[in-house]
Amino acid sequence: MKVRFRFAKLGRVRWTSHRDVARMWERALRRGRLPVSYTGGFSPRPQLSFGLALPTGCESVAEYVDASFDAQLDAAELPARLDPHLPDGVSVVAAAPLDDRAPSLQQEVTSCTWDIDVPGISLDVLQAALDRTLGAATLPVHRERKGRRMIDDLRPSVLSLHAATADVAGSRLHAELATRPRGVRPVELAQALGLELGMARRTCQWIERAGSRREPLAASAVSPDPVLGRAS
Amino acid sequence: MTSLWPRIEPLLAKVAKPARYIGGELGAQTPVDDPGRVAWLLVYPDTYEIGLPNQGLQILYEILNERADSRAERAYAPWTDMEAEMRAAGVPLYSLEGGRPASEFDVIAFNLSAELTYTNVLNLVDLAGLPVRSAQRHGGHPLVVAGGHCAFNPEPLADFVDAFVLGDGEEVVGELSALVASHNSGGGERHELLLELARIPGVYVPALYDAVFEDGRLGRVVPRASGTPSVVEKRVIADLGAWPYPKQQLVPLVEVVHDRLNVEVFRGCTRGCRFCQAGMITRPVRERSSAQVDAMVRSGLERTGYDEVALTSLSSADFSGIGSTVAGIINDPECSGQVSVSLPSLRVDAFTVGLATEIQKVRRTGLTFAPEGGTWRMRQVINKLISEEDLYAAVDGAFAHGWRRVKLYFLIGLPTETDEDVRGIVTLARNCVELGRRHHRGASVTASVGGFVPKPQTPFQWFGQNTTDELRRKVGILKDAARGVRGLNLRWHDPEATTAEGIVSRGDRRVGAVIEHVFRAGGTFQEWSEHFDLTLWTEALEAAGLTLEETVFRHRPEAEVLPWDHLSAGLHRDFLWQDFQEALSGHGLEDCRWTPCYDCGACTGLGVEHVVASAVPPAGGSQGTGQDLTRADAVPVRLLVGDGAGAPVGATATAGAELSR
Repeated sequence: MKVRFRFAKLGRVRWTSHRDVARMWERALRRGRLPVSYTGGFSPRPQLSFGLALPTGCESVAEYVDASFDAQLDAAELPARLDPHLPDGVSVVAAAPLDDRAPSLQQEVTSCTWDIDVPGISLDVLQAALDRTLGAATLPVHRERKGRRMIDDLRPSVLSLHAATADVAGSRLHAELATRPRGVRPVELAQALGLELGMARRTCQWIERAGSRREPLAASAVSPDPVLGRAS
Repeated sequence: MTSLWPRIEPLLAKVAKPARYIGGELGAQTPVDDPGRVAWLLVYPDTYEIGLPNQGLQILYEILNERADSRAERAYAPWTDMEAEMRAAGVPLYSLEGGRPASEFDVIAFNLSAELTYTNVLNLVDLAGLPVRSAQRHGGHPLVVAGGHCAFNPEPLADFVDAFVLGDGEEVVGELSALVASHNSGGGERHELLLELARIPGVYVPALYDAVFEDGRLGRVVPRASGTPSVVEKRVIADLGAWPYPKQQLVPLVEVVHDRLNVEVFRGCTRGCRFCQAGMITRPVRERSSAQVDAMVRSGLERTGYDEVALTSLSSADFSGIGSTVAGIINDPECSGQVSVSLPSLRVDAFTVGLATEIQKVRRTGLTFAPEGGTWRMRQVINKLISEEDLYAAVDGAFAHGWRRVKLYFLIGLPTETDEDVRGIVTLARNCVELGRRHHRGASVTASVGGFVPKPQTPFQWFGQNTTDELRRKVGILKDAARGVRGLNLRWHDPEATTAEGIVSRGDRRVGAVIEHVFRAGGTFQEWSEHFDLTLWTEALEAAGLTLEETVFRHRPEAEVLPWDHLSAGLHRDFLWQDFQEALSGHGLEDCRWTPCYDCGACTGLGVEHVVASAVPPAGGSQGTGQDLTRADAVPVRLLVGDGAGAPVGATATAGAELSR
């Protein structure tokens, strides 16, 4: 059977990479003695399929992984069975059975929402930068791809930007960024805004189809609120 | 306790692989806030990825944290980008667990596993905000200690490290803790602490010894005070079974080298390979019981979630319980066929290939053997008694059982080596490729060639290391011979790095100035090719009034005082010299686990014995039951002392040649 997990990545562990997180899951599944399916061939690996990579240094309360198991399991029990085996800061928020033919996270997710700290910048200044950015016809950003410098237009991927007050010195930015044609990272948004941004936290991933949108798995499926207090 | 974390975290967004600097491993201990306990900072002087898996450091970490009078945290060398950020932000070296400044610890303990990390040791002491020279530190500073294999020639670091610990650390760390604790409560002077430290067996306090130089060479190293031993003997734990560590092996959040469960099956080795320092200084052989190994493997896999376990030792196929242990892991239903076993340091024979076939049912990609020498004569000289037939049988077996790649380790620059021996490396490797092609069209063989650095406390400690040019010339011979051979990949170690390693490996106290010079010139991470620079070393040598010829390339006569003569790994000096002479005449020496004692000194002198479960040697070929000890042919080479050019080739005298001037 297939199970979709939603998990959070908060605190110090945000400095680990997407690959590191994949290894944490592999080990946690083995330590929890869960009958995860393996790929065949010379180099068998647990069958795990992660969604969009979370950039190193970002937090998230909306990460997903789909896992295949060789046995029927009660999905509702899985978060409690896995949590003790994941590092501090990584916690399973929800789990639900998934249709075997369900499209992959990579195929389905269309946009992500982010909360981003903007330290040392007042609400007014931030709002002015957002207005300027949203009013621009194009937002060229430089990036390196296979050793070549390229210029991308970010504008079509910036779906919405809102300024908010923050409890720390500075303000906060709520952003919704599209994942197609490619995922836009908060650091690229910073480049377009011309601002130095602080820590970014992914708050939702969205699947938009035919005018309505939903999350791959709602956080409320098991636990009312991700365990924010646990991270150091 | 001060935590620097709020000042560390802002730096992480600016550096590569930031997760190296956050700790958080499974098995990491939460620091106890108890000023009554002696606080140890255990430091590996290379990157986190290289240092984290170090088993010695992990063993001591657990032992110190279990004791009621001590606690331990860890640190590794920050990569250059992080170091620059730390220095710019005024953040000193800190512990991963508590984010505590290194200078707040009672003891900073370094693991010395490789000579080229010594500049990092100085850099880390400096990054801790401490004077690098012991003489400039006082009672308010942490004690700086070091242990590990390189401690068997501590002289190059004598001016920087307060105390060295020789041999197994399991017991002696407790004695050190107890002493520092009583010293802390008594409030004595630093000098008194050093005097008391030197009375602990296995502890060498260099500041209490005078190194006397006569005519530009070391004359003697003598203790200054009574009560300080004139020869420091290494520590040995008699029963490895009493120390089943690590019990809580660290599982890092990021990928590191040897990223797997490691279970030490025995310590020590009596194969007697003459170039191998580890095999000489860790004697005698002490096996763990099969039952304990099985238990450690089972609980370790369960706890860590690793899918690979390495049974570690200097030659794991020699472990008495190897067959049943391996079968136990492979057939354990809990592992359900997903756990792979690796045996580092495989012997070269059909038995080990059979073993490897059994254990690598999955992930059968590459198999590695270490014949070390290219000809039988060369292998007799170094006492690595692998016959050609055995090597070919092993390699053929490997290819027949589905392996596609075989890797062979060799050394160049060995005593009595001729160009014929060097070319023999390619001949062997080429023959292995041909064997492989009978099984697969894409079969390949990698010959990985290192330059030989003579090591202290080994039979080759007197041998003059090949010059950089000579090693380059031999690499050239290999490249020529390997050109156009399909399926053969030749890799070689940079001869310049071999030379730099040679400066430190057998250096005396004067080499301390060289290390400090290189460190001050920015020469850290010298194990890393992108940072290594021989010019830094040669300039530093010149500034110290030393030469490569004197420090590295010349043969030492028997009578010369060696910088480590006042330190003992248990081996008799005359045994080592005799074994060197046997080597030069191409004569092998048996493994004493299954043959009468030849009195190397390790067991008799230290009052310990081999602990080996099996009364018979393991099945196998020339390295198993029947070692072929027939005398090699006369060596067509002459060892010249002091000509600096290494062994001249093609001369006609036989070996065992006159090594005195």
